[in-house]
Amino acid sequence: MAEIRPNPDALLKRVQAEEARQLQGKLKIFFGANPGVGKTYAMLEAAHEQRRDGVDIVIGVVETHGRTETEALLPGLEILPRRKVEYRGTVQNEFDLDAGLARRPTVILIDELAHTNAPGLRHTKRWQDVQELLKAGITVFTTVNVQHLESLNDVVTQITGVRVRETVPDSMIERADDVELIDLPPDDLLQRLKDGKVYVPEQIQHAIQHFFTKGNLIALRELALRRTAERVDQQMEVYRRDHAVVRTWPAAETIMVCVNMKPRGPRLIRAARQMATNLHAKLIAVYVQVPRHLRLPQADRDRLVQTLRLAEQLGAETVTLTGERVAQELLNYARSRNATKLIVGKPVRSLWKEWLFGSVVSELVHESGDIDIYVITGEAGEGQPLIRRSLRRTSTRRKYLYALVGIALATAVAWAMYPYFSPANLIMMYLMAVIVIAIRLGRGPSVLASIVSVATFDFFFVPPYLSFAVSDIQYVLTFAIMLIVALVISNLAVRIREQAEVARDRERRTAVLYAMSRDLATHRGTAMLAQVAAKHLREVFDGQVALFLADAEKRVRLQRGEQLFFDLDPKESGVAQWVFDHNERAGSGTDTLPGASALYLPLVGSTGPIGVVAVRPKDTGLLLDPEQLHLLESLINQVALAIERTRLSDEAQQAHVRVETERMRNAILSSVSHDLRTPLATITGAASSLLDERSPLKASDRLELSQSIYREANRLDRLLKNLLDMMRIEAGAVHLNKEWHPLDEIVGAALSRLEERLKNVAVRTTFPPDLPMVQIDGVLMEQVVINLMENAAKYAPAGTVIEVSASAGNKEAVVEVADRGQGIPVGEEVRIFDKFYRAKPAREGGVGLGLTICRGIIEAHGGRIWAENRTGGGAVFRFAIPLSEEQPPIAAEHTGNHHASS
Amino acid sequence: MSQEATIVLIEDESEIRRFLRTTLPGHGFRIYEATTGQGGLIEVKTRNPDLILLDLGLPDLDGIDVIRQVREWTPTPIIVLSAREQEQQKVSALDLGADDYVTKPFGINELLARIRTALRHAARPDGADAESYFAFGKVRVELGRRQVFVDDEELHLTQIEYKLLTTLVRHAGKVVTHRQLLKEVWGPLHVEESHYLRVYMRQLRNKLESNPAHPKFLVTELGVGYRLRTE
Repeated sequence: MAEIRPNPDALLKRVQAEEARQLQGKLKIFFGANPGVGKTYAMLEAAHEQRRDGVDIVIGVVETHGRTETEALLPGLEILPRRKVEYRGTVQNEFDLDAGLARRPTVILIDELAHTNAPGLRHTKRWQDVQELLKAGITVFTTVNVQHLESLNDVVTQITGVRVRETVPDSMIERADDVELIDLPPDDLLQRLKDGKVYVPEQIQHAIQHFFTKGNLIALRELALRRTAERVDQQMEVYRRDHAVVRTWPAAETIMVCVNMKPRGPRLIRAARQMATNLHAKLIAVYVQVPRHLRLPQADRDRLVQTLRLAEQLGAETVTLTGERVAQELLNYARSRNATKLIVGKPVRSLWKEWLFGSVVSELVHESGDIDIYVITGEAGEGQPLIRRSLRRTSTRRKYLYALVGIALATAVAWAMYPYFSPANLIMMYLMAVIVIAIRLGRGPSVLASIVSVATFDFFFVPPYLSFAVSDIQYVLTFAIMLIVALVISNLAVRIREQAEVARDRERRTAVLYAMSRDLATHRGTAMLAQVAAKHLREVFDGQVALFLADAEKRVRLQRGEQLFFDLDPKESGVAQWVFDHNERAGSGTDTLPGASALYLPLVGSTGPIGVVAVRPKDTGLLLDPEQLHLLESLINQVALAIERTRLSDEAQQAHVRVETERMRNAILSSVSHDLRTPLATITGAASSLLDERSPLKASDRLELSQSIYREANRLDRLLKNLLDMMRIEAGAVHLNKEWHPLDEIVGAALSRLEERLKNVAVRTTFPPDLPMVQIDGVLMEQVVINLMENAAKYAPAGTVIEVSASAGNKEAVVEVADRGQGIPVGEEVRIFDKFYRAKPAREGGVGLGLTICRGIIEAHGGRIWAENRTGGGAVFRFAIPLSEEQPPIAAEHTGNHHASS
Repeated sequence: MSQEATIVLIEDESEIRRFLRTTLPGHGFRIYEATTGQGGLIEVKTRNPDLILLDLGLPDLDGIDVIRQVREWTPTPIIVLSAREQEQQKVSALDLGADDYVTKPFGINELLARIRTALRHAARPDGADAESYFAFGKVRVELGRRQVFVDDEELHLTQIEYKLLTTLVRHAGKVVTHRQLLKEVWGPLHVEESHYLRVYMRQLRNKLESNPAHPKFLVTELGVGYRLRTE
């Protein structure tokens, strides 16, 4: 036989599950068949042992119920204070989950896993508390009785006659890392009962005689032992699978169980679960919704919800299908999922009804092909069969009246036709009336109509006339057929109408989804999207809607907006955070924090939860309807994706900007580097030439090279100065040392400094004699003039004049530098002041920062600088400095305007 | 000069020392070098030079401190080598006793001009044997008779203008800081009022320069002071 390798995907999944499990705490269950076998005692003993080993172990909740033996084991262990909850006038001591999470021991003891928490606590069941503890990495020791197991609930009830209502889902047991069976032979247990050492829970107080019979005890013990053995078996299975031990079983199969609104649904689910476990198969619970079901009362639909939830709890996958014929849908789906077995409940209808209306079961059996159909019994006498319900009145009284009117009309017409047509045709009249009534008015009225039309026809048109007797037997057939036709047509009509309603419903749902997704697609920005989402959700769920979005620290914040009006109860502020952290829904209608006024759902994007949506509809019943929940979830998915999309797009944009900035920076760096290298290249080249002893140079050549070096070095000096000035301006480190300066002095100083450079250029200066002084930083302003002059000198052709002048108005003083050079390209008058701008063709020298520096300095003085082309060619640069109101005081001279005598 | 003038160069940058060491002797100067402030002080004490070239950015002492210490016992002229945009430092150095400055990077001509001016002033200290007149451009100043002529025509100057001019003449060729000028012309109480100075300098330029906007002689050293250029 070929070697069977372990399925790599399955192995991987298990490894991943194992890894996930490592992070979680371990669950150890002390399992017993009955109350009183000593589970709590055993747990406490184990706790002491742990403590002796130095483990940080704490008692979360332990119920001693006054048993002295158990109580004796308490001292020595740290006990977590309980949470007192007032409920119905009494104070309950419940386990404080938050305290447990905050304390974070290595191990915590939680007694009675099946306990139901008092209202007001976060979770409804204690096993949910335990789940949270495990997720937080805390190991839990707990106790469970066999009758608390969900899947065995029915069996135990059968055995003992007492139904225990508090159950624990099997998934918890299966998840346990360790299950220790605390076993006590029945005789010993009975003895202990007699000695008063056993605590009997309230529920079975009254049936104590019934419960603690030896037969029961033995049966329960066997059940517990068998369950434990099954678990061991499973573990062995896993081991064998991992190590590729040759197995005889084929690949895991899939079992489907069909669920409907009948009361025996849960039992069916549990039985299916047992079967699936035994066969190591995957379980899928399927509900097929046919149009008829939309008309059923709320109680039935609630029951369905409960059944589906139970299926989920038991680890099955739940699927809802819609369709016309239940059997067909089931079989199609079963085939698509490769299910090999289909479990249904036994029909409750009587045979004749089945024959009349068809039976799902028989259809399944006939059409199943190679799928096995398992029909499981339900409990007898459970409520009314479904079909009676579906024959409920669907029309109002008024419609019946209309029906009668219709028949009356038909009679009138027939009466008019009587002389000319045979009775067979008159019947058609009535038939038509019945059909119309069936279509327009519904089932009931059409049945009434057919009966009445038969009677009327008999009365008026069948001999003997004006009596209800029938002389010709044929008419009985007519009547029967008419009745049948009426019923069939009315049924069809009703069905069509229901389908139309389903279609309308679906269309409405789709329309809502489409409208919202289109709206979301056209808007940008998280705030906007939140508004859009809230608007649509409120349309569907008339009420209040809130949106919480997570920030960088993973804390959710309430978004505010006009559509997002939401009364956030301060007590509920933690709910949203909890939902976000655990990625599970909570609030009204769920098992977690059911006391909350709204339903909180996680907003899940592609990488995990990004926020929380809270819905508080006016009609809270809406939240329980699975269709509405389904719609809500679809809507929320859309919202999550839209928000994620907008966030990603923002990030992409930022990344783009960053890339662009980087690119520009690199371009600038390379440009500047080139500009600095060029003069250096000349200097190095010329100097190395001068140093070269091998090739002799004429004196004139030497002179030229030396001049080159000198010139280029100066140029480099200027470039560096510009760069440094620019850096300083950019860094905001421009410190203005303002003093009173006459502008002509500044220009004069600049001209002196530029003497060397300007020796071949003619400069004409024009200053009014009364030019007021301005408060400026002299050194910086000199730099401005120097830069402007250098610019002009660079572009002014030989023989032309550079004109410098100044003037003063009321508010500002203006300095002007004009040349007759090539001018400024049209449209570039502002851009020339940008960093690194250079005219084309660029003259040697300069990185393009000179004008930018001017602008920086002028603007730091609160002035402005601009450039224009001159008429006649060339450019003029002007800058304006604001004038102060007053000039500085100068002490008048006392002596007159003459020299002192010698 | 029949005898070489000695210069002590206090500069930590080796390339600048090399450049000066190579060039200055060619102009008739003997150079002694020091690379630190302390070393410089020792050289000055031992060599008793005619002039000191001092870099402000020394590793051990602040150049200002060197000036302070030197000025405690000798009036030897000090020319400061300063980095660009250190106006404040230059002004402090000058006010504490330095005679002039050059800004790095500088050309040799500029430095030589300053050295010569400084030595000339040192040889002829203020007050002793002041020349009776001074001329620059079209201007002639008759110090003894307190008259000023432009193109041989007498010019009227106010008291303050005259004082200002003569102060600059007294320091001809050297830079004079705002503070020094204000103190000498207006008195020690007015050392902060630099705008006075600027107004009067403008008036002087208008009266004495052929192109006041582009002065040839009454040169503004922005941020530092003024200089009456002689060459």
